[in-house]
Amino acid sequence: MAYAEPAVVDHAPPAEVPEVELYHAKTWLTKYVFSQDAKVIAIQYSLTAIAIGLVALVLSWLMRLQLGFPATFSFIEPADYYQYVTMHGMIMVIYLLTALFLGGFGNYLIPLMVGARDMVFPYVNMLSYWIYLLAVLVLAASFFTPGGPSGAGWTLYPPQSILSGTPGQEWGIILMLVSLMLFIIGFTMGGLNYVVTVLQARARGMTLMRLPLTVWGIFVATILALLAFPALFVAVVMSLLDRTVGTSFFMPHIVEMGEQLPYGGGSPILFQHLFWFFGHPEVYIVALPAFGIVSDLISTHARRNIFGYRMMVWAIIAIGGLSFVVWAHHMYVSGMNPYFGFFFATSTLVIAIPTAIKLYNWVLTLWRGNIHFTVPMLFCIAFIVTFLNGGITGLFLGNVSVDVPLSDTMFVVAHFHMVMGVAPIFVIFAAIYHWYPLISGRMFNQALGLFHFWVTFIGAYLIFLPLHYLGFVGVPRRYFEIGETGFVPESAATLNEFITVVALIVGFAQVVFMANLAWSVFRGRVAGRNPWRAVTLEWQTAEVPPGHGNWGPTLPVVYRWAYAYSVPGVEDDFVPQNLPPSQVKAADPSARAAE
Amino acid sequence: MDLLRQITEKPWLPQDAVERLHAERAIAAPAAKIGLRFFLAVVSVLFLLLIIAYAERMRFEAWRPGPQPVLLWLNTALLILGSVGLQWARVAANRRQIDGVRKGLMIGGFFTLAFLAGQIAAWRQLSGIPFFNMASPAIAFFYLITALHGVHIVGGLVAWGRATARVWRASAVARPLQGSVDLCALYWHFLLLVWLVLFGLLFSGNGNIDLLLALCGFR
Amino acid sequence: MLVAVVLVVIAVGTVVFHVVSPWWWTPIASNWHIIDDATLVTFWITGVAYVAVILFMAYCAVRFRYRKGRRAAYEPENKRLEWWLTGLTSLGVIGLLTPGLIVWNEFVTVPDDAAEFEVVGRQWQWSYRLPGKDGVLGASDPRLITGDNTFGLDPNDPRGQDDVLIEGDDLHLPIGRPLKVLMRSADVIHDFYVPHFRAKMDIIPGMVTYFWFTPTRTGTFDILCAELCGVGHHTMRGMVVVEADTDYQEWLQGQSTFADLMARAAPGDAVKLAADEGRGDAAANGNTRSGSDRPSPINR
Ligand code: HEM
Ligand SMILES: [Cu+2]
Ligand SMILES: [Cu+2]
Repeated sequence: MAYAEPAVVDHAPPAEVPEVELYHAKTWLTKYVFSQDAKVIAIQYSLTAIAIGLVALVLSWLMRLQLGFPATFSFIEPADYYQYVTMHGMIMVIYLLTALFLGGFGNYLIPLMVGARDMVFPYVNMLSYWIYLLAVLVLAASFFTPGGPSGAGWTLYPPQSILSGTPGQEWGIILMLVSLMLFIIGFTMGGLNYVVTVLQARARGMTLMRLPLTVWGIFVATILALLAFPALFVAVVMSLLDRTVGTSFFMPHIVEMGEQLPYGGGSPILFQHLFWFFGHPEVYIVALPAFGIVSDLISTHARRNIFGYRMMVWAIIAIGGLSFVVWAHHMYVSGMNPYFGFFFATSTLVIAIPTAIKLYNWVLTLWRGNIHFTVPMLFCIAFIVTFLNGGITGLFLGNVSVDVPLSDTMFVVAHFHMVMGVAPIFVIFAAIYHWYPLISGRMFNQALGLFHFWVTFIGAYLIFLPLHYLGFVGVPRRYFEIGETGFVPESAATLNEFITVVALIVGFAQVVFMANLAWSVFRGRVAGRNPWRAVTLEWQTAEVPPGHGNWGPTLPVVYRWAYAYSVPGVEDDFVPQNLPPSQVKAADPSARAAE
Repeated sequence: MDLLRQITEKPWLPQDAVERLHAERAIAAPAAKIGLRFFLAVVSVLFLLLIIAYAERMRFEAWRPGPQPVLLWLNTALLILGSVGLQWARVAANRRQIDGVRKGLMIGGFFTLAFLAGQIAAWRQLSGIPFFNMASPAIAFFYLITALHGVHIVGGLVAWGRATARVWRASAVARPLQGSVDLCALYWHFLLLVWLVLFGLLFSGNGNIDLLLALCGFR
Repeated sequence: MLVAVVLVVIAVGTVVFHVVSPWWWTPIASNWHIIDDATLVTFWITGVAYVAVILFMAYCAVRFRYRKGRRAAYEPENKRLEWWLTGLTSLGVIGLLTPGLIVWNEFVTVPDDAAEFEVVGRQWQWSYRLPGKDGVLGASDPRLITGDNTFGLDPNDPRGQDDVLIEGDDLHLPIGRPLKVLMRSADVIHDFYVPHFRAKMDIIPGMVTYFWFTPTRTGTFDILCAELCGVGHHTMRGMVVVEADTDYQEWLQGQSTFADLMARAAPGDAVKLAADEGRGDAAANGNTRSGSDRPSPINR
């Protein structure tokens, strides 16, 4: 594989495209609060998402306390439990993961990685955050309404979600639906920004195939989100009307507790189709940015180019496309036409192939690398393990007939926690540790980082691996308590206690994580420029942390792809994307001979 | 298939990409226009799903055909005129004729407002009929779909208002102004198209959507 | 090094846990062994892949850990290797999908001689309807549900008069005969789930869903609801007794039929019909019901 630097072009001719005018904040308020700078918006998004995510974390402890020690905590009533389940699931999936990956990392990284000064529509970008914040507040408000938040499960299946047998029927469900509408509107604003910025604001020389995979992942995920969220929007609006003005979009004739209700003729399954038409792509909306980030981090910390870059890009696109034709694998036992099962099982297992290719390529990037086991790298390895695990159990659940006994059991809970709970969260940790020196200008504390990693990784595995087996036994999900049955062995109670204890320990480790971040902002070692010796543009800014406008007086020019690590014939083991070829130092021949 | 070529390149081989990039962007158009196109894609999905939901709902029990207010024919005509007005403005903007732009915008805005008024009148007509019932699915769908379409029109009117204000302040057609008139016109034509599909399939005759589905082999 | 050790421990530990875990599926009591078999095939194929990938990572973690002066290999892609891996993965996927689809075909093809019975879900209890002597179930409609006619059966349908109705009691089923379960819900979505039978299916209000199975073992098994149906979801339990046909017939004789119940409930007057009542004025009524004055369904 001969490698040659492009000898022809060194200095770039002046850009034909005029530089866009950059918005300049004049007051403290417009600089830090109502800021239009994508980096500030990114931090606002991230902090808000993490804050509401902590609520979801606390809810998971409460659920685990109930499951581990049933009948011990008298303040947890069945209605409370279902409310915890619902809010935990919804917050984690939408308000934490989606917002953090796209609103947080998307905003911070896209302009920097493509070599732009900012997003193309900064004002819309700012609005996007404030609407998101409003959505979060509306959702949080439901905790304080009479009747409390909705307990309908994060899937919000009607008729149950809007009937009085479900907690939060009074206000919780209304606020939940309104909040989701706001979220979708806010997201669409941000999403248009991400897509157009990637398409239009790339620096000179940044061809599509020179983009880092992080950008590819976020880009395709955003397109998925833009096309999938309308389905949720339709479902939500129609549910809201069913609940408030008495339409019957999803409501068949119902006799609730012996009382005939004035509904009739609606189709609950229609809601499920709409929900999962959004819901399945949603999995990839979370997963694709994680895929991209992991690819870049592994490559950087293993000092090796990502293996099979083109295959990685195509796989991202293929997965994105296929994710729109697999939604009904969530509905094998929903009562829909059973013959759909053949199609959806096939499409679901087909999507496993590009996904597997991505996984192989991560592992093959480690192979023949020169691996630094930094905290971000460790989290990437943990991601591979948990994602592989969750992907494999996905093959169980995607394969119609195998799904029949397992659906709606703890097996499903274990599966989606591994694949879209734990795995993407590990990527978030990896990404935070990796870009922390860039964002804050300082290094986090290494020892605390390692402590956080080991406890979280081992702990999460210990929590969720055995949970699959409770699913095999037949313990259903969303059960306040399983009680006496003829099929759950006594020992399951011990297992549940164990899982709860581990979950609390893992939760504690997150406190350490946050303390580490907070402490290091002020006391961390000054990181300096490009501490990981990465090639991508975000590390090559004029100042660290990057200032307003990112690049100083002139925009960067890109000369090579995003994976120029350990290039033969070059002295350093990395060549920044924007380093002009004439400045690349050739290797010392004597050093090469020693190799 | 330029895009296809772009994503099959081998980026690690020597390339003269620096020269090329600004000559051939992934998609050649101003950022705002691309943004709008993506937004229109989102809106298309929204209305497409509503139509699918409507068709799906028709198969279930208790489906009673919705009323078909004749007023809608008039409203459709008004919206077409609105689009014509904006097209006028766009053509004038391309020719740098500020007067034409002003006239076009005024005509477009006027008929669009008239369309909205007509839609509201149709709503009121409907709610006045005997046996009016929100639980009747066809009626509920009618309100939902027309309301969502109306909201999009109102959003367009906000953009239209800003463009109009700028036109009135300007003395000649400048680049950015031409851009916003162009976007407004694109948006209007799109919403007209959406309305024609909705009206044609759902609100102008009960058999239409059935006919379409039968033609496609679904019924 | 530590990483490599942990990875090996994870790979080996997962396999060991799988083998020695006391938590495994409950002994099967229906004909769906083939579902279990397809699951085992899945375990084998995916298990091998899982262990292989993790062990390979452990190997890389040792062999290619950072050493000063070493350089990583620069290798943008390796077509052959990638195609090989894609091919192998595709084979694995075919190996999974084939048994899966064969079993599914079986699952959705109800045998012609399957006997029907009905399960009715409502918040938060199970009731059952078994065909009487005529072997067929009578017509039903949720609009006919009243305090007396809790199943919403059509009193004018002669086929329904001898239907056996079970409320608040165990379901009995005969062994060895294919059974088609028809399921109805009066209110929200439920899911009829008997872990020992493996099969389950959601129950959607407004429609009749079904699945089939053959009980193959006598005994008493738990019935659970497997779809969140409100605050009493986890209390929605029942029992199914699978017994020999003679025992079943004997039990069936002792149960009351729809005609019995109607006669007992309304001696003399006609059954009140609720047809079409309560429809048509939803807008006026809105949706302002409240459940607060209802007794709590949870007995803790
Ligand atoms: C240590 C961390 C976590 C623990 C201990 C935990 C625990 C739980 C528990 C006990 C349930 C309820 C199971 C049931 O009764 O059905 C649950 C549900 C759920 N969790 Fe987590 N969880 C964690 C992290 C996450 C993360 C990071 C996500 C992000 C995707 C997530 C997403 C969900 C979802 C979507 C549900 C389903 C909610 C529903 O059934 O409506 N969880 N979790
Ligand atoms: Cu899915
Ligand atoms: Cu239930």
